[in-house]
Amino acid sequence: MSALRIKKGSTSHSAYNLRPDFSDVEERHTLAILVENEPGVLARVIGLFSGRGYNIESLTVAEVDHAGHLSRITVVTTGTPQVIEQIKAQLGRIVTVHDVHDLTVEGRPVERELGLLKVAGKGDDRVEALRIADIFRANVVDSTLESFVFEITGTSDKIDAFADLMRPLGLVEIARTGVAALARGA
Amino acid sequence: MTRQMTGAKMVVQALKDQGVDTVFGYPGGAVLPIYDEIFLQNDVKHVLVRHEQGAIHAAEGYARSTGKPGVALVTSGPGATNAVTGLTDALMDSIPIVVFTGQVPTFMIGSDAFQEADTVGITRPCTKHNWLVKETDKLASTIHEAFHVATSGRPGPVLIDIPKDVQFATGSYTEKKVLKSRYQPQVKGDLSAITELAEAMEKAKRPVFYTGGGVINSGPAASQLLRELVEATGFPITSTLMGLGAYPASGEKWIGMLGMHGLYEANMAMHDCDLMINIGARFDDRITGLISKFSPGSKKAHIDIDASSINKVIHVDIPILGDVAHVLEDLLKVWKSRGRKTNTEALTKWWTQINEWRAVKCLTYTGSETTIKPQYALERLEALTKGMDRYICTEVGQHQMWAAQFLGFDDPNRWMTSGGLGTMGYGFPASIGVQLAHPDALVINVAGEASWLMNMQELGTAMQYRLPVKQFILNNERLGMVRQWQQLLHGERYSSSWSESLPDFVKLAEAFGAKGIQVSDPKDLDDAIMEMLNYDGPVLFDCLVEKHENCFPMIPSGKPHNEMLLGDASTEGAIQSGGAVLV
Repeated sequence: MSALRIKKGSTSHSAYNLRPDFSDVEERHTLAILVENEPGVLARVIGLFSGRGYNIESLTVAEVDHAGHLSRITVVTTGTPQVIEQIKAQLGRIVTVHDVHDLTVEGRPVERELGLLKVAGKGDDRVEALRIADIFRANVVDSTLESFVFEITGTSDKIDAFADLMRPLGLVEIARTGVAALARGA
Repeated sequence: MTRQMTGAKMVVQALKDQGVDTVFGYPGGAVLPIYDEIFLQNDVKHVLVRHEQGAIHAAEGYARSTGKPGVALVTSGPGATNAVTGLTDALMDSIPIVVFTGQVPTFMIGSDAFQEADTVGITRPCTKHNWLVKETDKLASTIHEAFHVATSGRPGPVLIDIPKDVQFATGSYTEKKVLKSRYQPQVKGDLSAITELAEAMEKAKRPVFYTGGGVINSGPAASQLLRELVEATGFPITSTLMGLGAYPASGEKWIGMLGMHGLYEANMAMHDCDLMINIGARFDDRITGLISKFSPGSKKAHIDIDASSINKVIHVDIPILGDVAHVLEDLLKVWKSRGRKTNTEALTKWWTQINEWRAVKCLTYTGSETTIKPQYALERLEALTKGMDRYICTEVGQHQMWAAQFLGFDDPNRWMTSGGLGTMGYGFPASIGVQLAHPDALVINVAGEASWLMNMQELGTAMQYRLPVKQFILNNERLGMVRQWQQLLHGERYSSSWSESLPDFVKLAEAFGAKGIQVSDPKDLDDAIMEMLNYDGPVLFDCLVEKHENCFPMIPSGKPHNEMLLGDASTEGAIQSGGAVLV
């Protein structure tokens, strides 16, 4: 049989390029996932992200309703709008997931993170570290003659900024909780 | 009063309460208490397979051909890991199966005990859901929930891992009727979206129904409603590999399977349509071809029970979340109440166009007087089994595509093939599952010799249970589809794609006590097929076919629907480097 030479697009009305498509711009979304607090549920959620190649920028998880056996997983993720929609739909079909909230879509959420920073130093650096901590409303939760441990709460950006300032002053270790978030309003 | 019993007895009791009549399995240390309970009763039949992968595929075959969940029982460690391929296969094709695995006792979990594996960890990504049951009191309710999850919403495989001490311990049995599952997927579609679709159908000039496995999974009512809808509207209908039989191949509006090896008329209709109505299909990459050029001028509606299938690959204009049968029922109601309108004038033109595409006769192949062409073998099989109570399974490869092209399916649940995962070795054990569910039916597994050898040990199972499954092997002594791709894509370097040291299939059959038939001359083919059909027992049919036949039509990787290849002459340079990285 010979090759059929078929003209590309045998109908001439292709409106494909005109049709609004999903944007290719990556967005950052904060998702709150309410799950049954059963063994393996975190692995299911994380496995979904790694298995399908989605990003996790931050992840926080704890039981929030002891009687109802519910845990809340807060995930900050990035992706194109189509990927974000997929992530929500894929999360929604996990049998033990009760609810998925896209806090970014539901309104600018209140987002907080807690950081613990150990800063070691002597002399002027120590004084400067304390001064900056005061400006950032960070608390000293441990102190020796050579070091402080600061506790700071705020948005991730604020903790980033605080860590940047502490780095030249002797920042030796940092621990962060990841983002916890709630939608604003009732 | 709750009934007290051991965990092992609960398993068997729950199976009875769920209406299970057949379990496919293989015993081992960690499931011996359950095997004891199976031994002590006669309601649930246990079928001993020869490899755990076979148990899962058999359960899949049982499920696909009956619409009921298939059940398998395997031991811990290697028993569970051998089940992984079958579980993944069932997940990809949305097949409801419930798999029980034994586990080392709870107090030994995590100690690297003999035959210990992290079964729930390993199978988490390849099941719809899974459970490790650590308390006997929770076992029965977990099993009932497992059946509910496997069969509700988008069906799929589930797994229950039961440590041996939980099987021995006594607990209280939770009755099936007590279960109130939180898992309740939405089945009714949104009426405003359905109305929008009905409006689009009234105006459509070039509509096409694109149906998939979801129609079959939705049950016989969905297929009935689909037929009614197609006849009432007069729209053409195509289907994916998984959806064959939902609308009869003998139906007037049937334009054949679509996709990579689908029919020319079906793919052209998909490309040129102005309204695409996707019913229970998922825009798989075998279907869409080049996504950026997929059906550029059409409005697309998508009916699916899984929200994650909608807008995953292709952006659709009218998404309808719900069960196919429920949505089609409402769609028919709405469309009828609005006066059963269609654009008849445009439809007539559309059919004229489709008939022109049909006239291309894309399945034409060059016949031979001396060698059996695989297409010819399937045409003869079709002719000689037409009208019989027939179930067809396949393995994976060229023979699978030819079977889909040359065999016609007039009813749902008659076609068992590994679509999403493409599992070589699926068909033979699946045919065993089908035959057990339909003892008096004709069950044929269309196979390639390489696929068939992957689970050939199941010939022992077929013999033990006197299952007259017919293994129709199109033997080209090649990994045909691999060879075809190497020819088209890899400069005809046939790296490891031929089968050396093949067994003598007739003697192999005889070694198991089955019947072997070999045929190589086209003139002997009909008699040989009749001999196969008339033999009461398993048959290995070794059909020596043309070794270098390619499967056409074909949408090359990275090409859109309207750039199909129709025959050997057009294949040179058909796939460019961009397409070569695709599978």
